[in-house]
Formats: sequence, structure tokens, C-alpha cells
Amino acid sequence: MQQKHPTGGEKLIQCLEREGVEYVFGLSGGAVMPMFDALVDSKIQLILVRHEQGATHMADGYARATGRPGVVLVTSGPGATNTVTGLFTALMDSTPIVVITGQTISSMLGKDAFQEADVTGITYPVVKHSYLVKDGNDIPRIVREAFHLARSGRPGPVLIDVPKDVGQGPCTAPFTDELDLPGYEVPGRGDPALVAEAARLLTEAKRPLFYVGHGAVISNAGKAITTLAEKLRAPVVNTLLGKGAVDETHPLHLGMLGMHGTAYANKAVVGCDLIMAIGARWDDRITGKVDEFCTGAVKIHVDIDRAEFGKIIQPDVSILGDARMVIEDLIPQIEMGDTDAWLKQCDRWRKQFPLKYPKQGGLRAQHVLDRLDAVTQGEAILTTDVGQHQMWAAQFCRTRHGRHWLSSGGAGTMGFGFPAAIGAQFAHPDKKVWAICGDGGFQMTQAELATAAVHKLPVKCLIINNNFLGMIRQWQELFYENRLSGSDLEGNPDFVKLAQAYGIKGLRIRRSADVDRILKEAHDYDDGPCVVVAEVVKEDNVFPMIPAGAAVSEMIIEAPKTRLEKPTGST
Amino acid sequence: MSTAQPLTGPAPSIHTISLFVNNKPGVLVRVALVFSRRAFNLESLVVSPAAEGRFSRMTIVCSGAAEALGQVVKQLAKLIDVVHAVDHTGDASYEVEIALVKLECALDKRTEILQIAEHYKARVVDYGPESLVLQAYGSSEKLDALIELLRPFKLTELVRSGKLLMARGKAVT
Ligand SMILES: Cc1ncc(C[n+]2csc(CCOP(=O)(O)OP(=O)(O)O)c2C)c(N)n1
Repeated sequence: MQQKHPTGGEKLIQCLEREGVEYVFGLSGGAVMPMFDALVDSKIQLILVRHEQGATHMADGYARATGRPGVVLVTSGPGATNTVTGLFTALMDSTPIVVITGQTISSMLGKDAFQEADVTGITYPVVKHSYLVKDGNDIPRIVREAFHLARSGRPGPVLIDVPKDVGQGPCTAPFTDELDLPGYEVPGRGDPALVAEAARLLTEAKRPLFYVGHGAVISNAGKAITTLAEKLRAPVVNTLLGKGAVDETHPLHLGMLGMHGTAYANKAVVGCDLIMAIGARWDDRITGKVDEFCTGAVKIHVDIDRAEFGKIIQPDVSILGDARMVIEDLIPQIEMGDTDAWLKQCDRWRKQFPLKYPKQGGLRAQHVLDRLDAVTQGEAILTTDVGQHQMWAAQFCRTRHGRHWLSSGGAGTMGFGFPAAIGAQFAHPDKKVWAICGDGGFQMTQAELATAAVHKLPVKCLIINNNFLGMIRQWQELFYENRLSGSDLEGNPDFVKLAQAYGIKGLRIRRSADVDRILKEAHDYDDGPCVVVAEVVKEDNVFPMIPAGAAVSEMIIEAPKTRLEKPTGST
Repeated sequence: MSTAQPLTGPAPSIHTISLFVNNKPGVLVRVALVFSRRAFNLESLVVSPAAEGRFSRMTIVCSGAAEALGQVVKQLAKLIDVVHAVDHTGDASYEVEIALVKLECALDKRTEILQIAEHYKARVVDYGPESLVLQAYGSSEKLDALIELLRPFKLTELVRSGKLLMARGKAVT
């Protein structure tokens, strides 16, 4: 009797099992049916989403919370194009997701078949790598490579496009662990000579500063960096995505730097004589005007991606390698620095320019987020959407652990926060997970309320409702003579009722006096999702602020009395 | 391929890059995107099988800002399908290119053209009653010079192979 071979679709799902995949986030359609069919017999749990973009952010949230690739399964054509934003978001923030798309049958490729889109073509600029599977027997190797590429080196999204006939036809190839990736290198330890040079420069510096990015979180370098900072006695700042690598409540920590960073972090950037970037890429939100960024300071750059060296800033020492390994090698070579005066100066700045907000005059987003920090104690995973609430959350919610702060940084994708929290909650069923969203961004992926509801996920969603696209309104107020153009969100639903329509618990905060009680109630509620709507003052601005394209030294610490110039920077 | 010049910055200069890549569909697009994203213009591109059939060679001549070139080469090297990328601009590699030139010209007016061709060791590969086709090879600069000399005649078609390049000795192309 002839041996029965699995179909390509079955083999693909078996390969996912072999990679340790627990969840697949997806939505079906004609071209992907072979794979959905194979899921019926699999121990992998399918999480049916309501929009494919939601699936990508869930997978991304899962990946950011665990370091393991999140998996998406969608159909051809519109199903696949709906994943483009999620791929871009994952690429910009170096997160490992594997997106599998159905495709029309091979013989119809290029013939404008129903729901045929050139998906590999559309996605080239937003993937780390991609595959169009032509032969079912390539499936085991391709899946193996896709997972390896997604999570190794500088992680990123990988796409696999599977024509329906390949999914339906037989796959006779065995599982494999072999990779056919000539030329793909995964840096590990740094060059010892460069590490020694960095050690010498660090020890000699009078005002050293560690500038910590997402790469430090990804490589789990936080503990090593903390040890290094303590040994050298040097302050630490982190980027939006670097939050949590080093405990932000550590006495040497000055919080987030950059456009909406703390004043004292940015003062330290201007005042340092050595800045060491660890898994950070001198993004324009950080440097402001590059020509004036840390001009007098020695620059050391540790990165796993060679292409980051000299892209924006020409470092004095560039160390290619895994951030954790490089820092661990550095520690024994470091002597205690002569940094007393510098640390005192940083503390003076901290006292002189604290983060603050008015305690009177209506409910403030900052107050809600400040109290969320108190309620969660840094033990919850926080995700954010994009806008003012994101910046306030970054300022007031101090992240204590790596992979506890999930936010779309490089892409700034509105609609990320809530589905990312769902993904994180699936990854960590026993953890408290809070999404912090604006009323604008929440509405971009709010359909996933259904997904959260069906699975009775205890995920919490805090909507900071200012009835505006707040960040846009802020720019229009500050830089465009308050000529509001398309920033008023008139027509918002009642979010509490919206939650209730899905059978989800909805709570509302109207008064400052209710903040603690309601946050606590939501935090302790674990029988299903909970939406908390904070009806905050409509017109409030995020400060400090470095206008786009301005130098870090031109930071505006408090609301200005005069009109500002239009920013010259990118966005 | 993009025809746009770099949007800002100093005048573009000419660079030669050699890539050793997987011989797979889509590689060319991935490579081209690295250039077009930075508004680099591809002047010529030669793709051919490498010694080992599963790899290909790409020799690319492009114009763009010199400061950006290092970044372009790093981004090319970062592509998963690129095994290695080398910037050969200004190095001593052996370079050669072939050109085919069609000239419209009556039989009795050809002496001068044939003299030029002889000087440049160009061969006549098609000798028709109203036109002739010359084949020349050599460095791109030499071909440029030849073509300039032929322009005053009725040069109706020009096809160039693009630059081929190989590093000398044990150096890697
Ligand atoms: C998909 C997407 N579209 C547009 C933008 C531009 N943008 C950045 S912040 C912002 C406003 C966000 O408003 P909201 O979600 O209400 O948050 P708030 O700023 O009020 O806290 C917009 C439109 C974006 N980042 N992403």
C-alpha cells in the first residue's frame, strides 16, 4: 500500500508545532483553507481575529512579551495586504513575527486571478526576508529558516507565501534542521580589542552616559548593563523601546531621553562627555538635530546590525555583537569611574526639572498614568498605542523589567496597543496586561474586543479619552497657530457602552478622586477583559518636548508663552 | 529602475559594486530596492551565473552621493540573499565592457569610420548596404571615448553590456 503523505498545508502546520508554536493568529479565506483545515487536527490554538492587522499586532505583542516568534496565518489578496502595516511595525522595531499567507494556485500566478496579489512584491521593503513557496517539499526547510531568521541576529518579520496547490498537494520531504543561508551571520561576542578600547574610554570619562535601546531588551542585556553602570557609577537613559532593560526606578536611571523624554535625561545627553549606545540606533526622535548631537562627547556604539554603524552618527568605537555578551565582556575590564561630580549634577537636574502636571482643573491623563504605575508596581505588562497617552505613559509608568513595555516606536502605528496586549496576554496568561490607548488609535483595531471577549482574556484596556487626535491637536496648537484640521474626534462612541455591547466589563473615570479605586477594580478583575475609559481634559500638551529637527539643547520644558517655529525635522 | 537623482546633498559620483548572491527569484528586486529607496540611479547592471550554479554575480555601476555609498553596501550585505557585497570603486580590479554600435552610412563614406574602428580595435560585425555594426570591447572609459568619436556620424543604435569586473590575484570579487 502506498504511504500516505501529508499535504503541504499539514506539513506546514506540523513544522510550526516543531518550532514550539502555541498560537496562530489569523483569519481564513479561499487560498489558505488547506492550512486552516490542518489546524483542526493540531494542538496549536487558532486565535480568530476580526481584522488581519489585529493578527499581526497580536503576534507582535506575543513576540515582544516572550522573545519567541509570533505567527500569523491569513489568506491571499486583501488578507495579505492587511498585514502590511503589521509587518512594517515589526520591521521598524526588530520584532520576530512569521506571517504565512495563502496565495492563488501556482499556474495562475501573474494572471490576475481572484484575490491574487503579488504579496512578496508588495512586502519586500517591510520584511527581513520572505519566501514564495514553489515546491511543497521546500516547506520544512523554509519554515525552519523563517523562524531562525525571524528571531536571530537583529530580529524581524518573515513572510511565507504559499500557493493553494502547494498547500493542498503532497509534501514528501522530511523535517529538517538544516539551514541554507550562506552569508547570513549572527554576531555574538564583540572584538576583544574594541571591547578593551571601550573599557579604557569609559574608565577615563568624567561624564559617561549609557543610552539603552530595544536591542538591550532583545538580547536580555539589562542585568549586565545595570552591573556595568553600578561599577562605573554612570547614569543610564533609555529610548522608548529600551524601557525595562534597566529598571527605571534604579537610582542611576534618568528615564527616557529624546523628543518627549525627561528634562534630566536630555540634560545628561547634552552634558555628557561619553555616550555609549547599547542596542540603540540614534533615531531622529533621540538625536534631534544630528549636527549638534553630543558634539563634544566620545561615542561608543554596540549593535548587532553592522549597517547601523555610521548610518546617523559616526562612532569613535563600533562594537559589532550581541549586546549582552559585549557588556558582560566589558564588566571585568571596568574600574570605578571618577564620576561623583557628574552624578551630583544629574541629581540636581532631576530635582530641578521633575516631571509634573497640574493637580487641579479636571482629570488629567498624566494623573491616571501616574496612578497606573502605582497600581501595577511595574509588574504588569503595559502596551501602548501611539500619541500623547503613549508619551505620558512612557514618562510616568516606570518600567522595571524587560519585555514589560510594548510600544510601537519606529513605525508609530496607531492601532497597535490593544491587539498587542491581547497577544501578550496569550503569552502570559497569569500576568496582568494593560493596554494604554488613545481614543483615536483604539478605534483603529477595536474590532478585536470580540477576540478578547471570546477567550475571556483578563486583558485590561485603558482608553485615555480626550476626544481628539491629541498629539495632532498639540502640534496644531503649538506650530500651526491652533488651526485645528481633522484632529477633533467628534462622533466617538461611548466606549463603556461599546465594551458592554461585546459583553465586556466597562468602567469610567470622570473625577480625579475616582482614579485609584477604578484602576484597582480593573486591575483585580480577572474574569474577562475590562475597558476603563478615562474622560480626561480635552486640551493638554506633552512636555518636555524637543521640536522635530531641533537640537536636544533646545528642549522646551514647559508650555511656552510664545508661538513656536514650525519644526524642520521629518515628522 | 529609478531615474531620479539623489534628492539632496553633493553631486553624485560613480561607483562599482560587486555582489555575490543566491540565484533565486526576487533577489534582483531586493537589491534594486536598496538603491531606489535612496534615490540612487543604476547606470548598469550585469547578472550572470557564478562558478557554482546556485549563486549569481551582480556587477552594478551606480551613481549617487559618495557618503551614502558605504551605507548602501552595508544594506546590500544585510539582505539575506546577498552572500557578500564588495565596493570596487577605485580599486585595481580588471574591468571590461562590450559595446555594439550601429551607424547609418552609405558604402562610399565609410573610410573615416573604419579608421576610427581600427584604432580602437573594434570589429565590423555587420556590413550592410546602408548601415554597419561595430563591436568594441575594453574599459568603459575607452568605449566612452570611441562612442564620442562616432557620434558625429549617424549613430542610430547603441547597446552596451555593462561593466564586468573581477578582482585581481587572490582578492575576492
Ligand atoms: C496609523 C496611523 N495614522 C496616523 C498617525 C499619526 N498620528 C500620530 S499620533 C496621532 C493622534 C493619536 O490620537 P489618539 O489615539 O486619540 O491618542 P492621543 O494623542 O490623543 O493620546 C496621529 C493621528 C499614526 N501615528 N498612525
